[in-house]
Amino acid sequence: MSNQFLFSLISGIFIGGAAGYLGSLMLTKRMALVGDALGHVALPGMGLALLFGLDVSFGAFLFLLLGIFLIWLFEIKTSLPMEALVGVVFVASLAIGFLIVPEPELLEALFGDISKVSFEMAIVSIIFSILIFLMINRIYPKMILANISDDLAKSEGIKIKKQNFIYLLSIAAIVALGVKIVGSLLVGALVIIPAATARNLSKNLKEYSLGSVVLGILSCLFGSLLFKVTYLPAGPLIILTSTFFFLISLILKR
Amino acid sequence: MEKDIVLKVENLDVELEGERILENLSFEVKEGEVLTILGPNGAGKTVLLKTLLGILPYQGEIEWKKGVKIGYVPQRLPFIKDVPMSVKEFFDLKNVSGKESEEILGSIGLEKDILEKKIGDLSSGQFQRILVGWALVGNPQVLLFDEPMTGIDISGQESVYNLLEKLRKERNLTILLVTHDLSIVYKLATNCLCLNKKMLCYGAPKELTSERLSQLYGGKIKFYRHSHE
Repeated sequence: MSNQFLFSLISGIFIGGAAGYLGSLMLTKRMALVGDALGHVALPGMGLALLFGLDVSFGAFLFLLLGIFLIWLFEIKTSLPMEALVGVVFVASLAIGFLIVPEPELLEALFGDISKVSFEMAIVSIIFSILIFLMINRIYPKMILANISDDLAKSEGIKIKKQNFIYLLSIAAIVALGVKIVGSLLVGALVIIPAATARNLSKNLKEYSLGSVVLGILSCLFGSLLFKVTYLPAGPLIILTSTFFFLISLILKR
Repeated sequence: MEKDIVLKVENLDVELEGERILENLSFEVKEGEVLTILGPNGAGKTVLLKTLLGILPYQGEIEWKKGVKIGYVPQRLPFIKDVPMSVKEFFDLKNVSGKESEEILGSIGLEKDILEKKIGDLSSGQFQRILVGWALVGNPQVLLFDEPMTGIDISGQESVYNLLEKLRKERNLTILLVTHDLSIVYKLATNCLCLNKKMLCYGAPKELTSERLSQLYGGKIKFYRHSHE
């Protein structure tokens, strides 16, 4: 096993675990498709990063912050539902991204490429994944209560706006990391499929959140190993592995 | 504020998104009282409870007795079934000790083994009791109840009211109860507030005359009388 592959594998495992964990919150908040939309928002940022020789996650993160800010701004300015605004921003980003991303790198940006992860990138990914994990862990019970009922959470003195801000920041960060592994088209699946699978298999919150983490890790692990054997693109293999677990969970559903 | 008064509301106005929901409400709640809040759909009953909890903006005065703890039982929680969660984990969201949750379960008449059950698998009666129990965490002196009967069959309703009465005596609770059900008002209430955006009546249940009620509910009054018999 080459060192490079080891870096990819370890980055994938950490990012996959954190993504699965966050996904378990997103699913209970009925925000399953937000990861998908934000993946597209990341595309222009990835294109610029590639043009200037920077890390794609860095460019993606900046554009995600911009995208979230725009959606928030539009929401204040109009009375359109959030979904419509996310739709506008995400399709516009896709169009801009398609124009900006240099053609040779377009496939990489859309579907990810783990063969370029360096030692430094791996370290950065691991540190950020752990930070995101800890951040989500902190807000988890409060977010769950807010997802069940805003009123109940407020009556307990929970500052919902602050929690939501941390939560959105975590999503932006995880999407920025995830696009490196599976690309902007598939990052939504990286976040949400492990949670959907865990939901089928769990009877309480502990099993559900832990299961989402473990399934996120296993998907990245086995997907990357399949890549090593087949030489097919890793992004789609990781997502298909994740989907395979989901199908099994349908059979085992409790 | 007088010593035995728990809540004092004066000239309360609530406006949400440009629409006036509550207008010029004034009332008091004394310790150990059961105040029922009565009114048709859309009268602003739930809004009143939420305003009293401090989660909606308002004008006027709401004064709670210093240091008073409030428990809140919401009308329904439609999204709770989206979260796979055991009863114990639901209580854990409030950082409750094992000892307290066992004591509360005793109070609301449920067995300990319900803690490991999934919330989504509870019957509506059990779920209602769990919500009441959840509100009791931290030993509040006041309970705010929003339409505790929605979606529960008659015998279930009966027992929730008995439970309320039992809890009130056991824990010396003051209760604010939103309801549609007049029989509850006659049975439980020490005071009654009729609400249809404005306050239409306020006083002891026996002062609830049929003129008052038809003013409150319009033509529906016969139906309510019937359900009381």
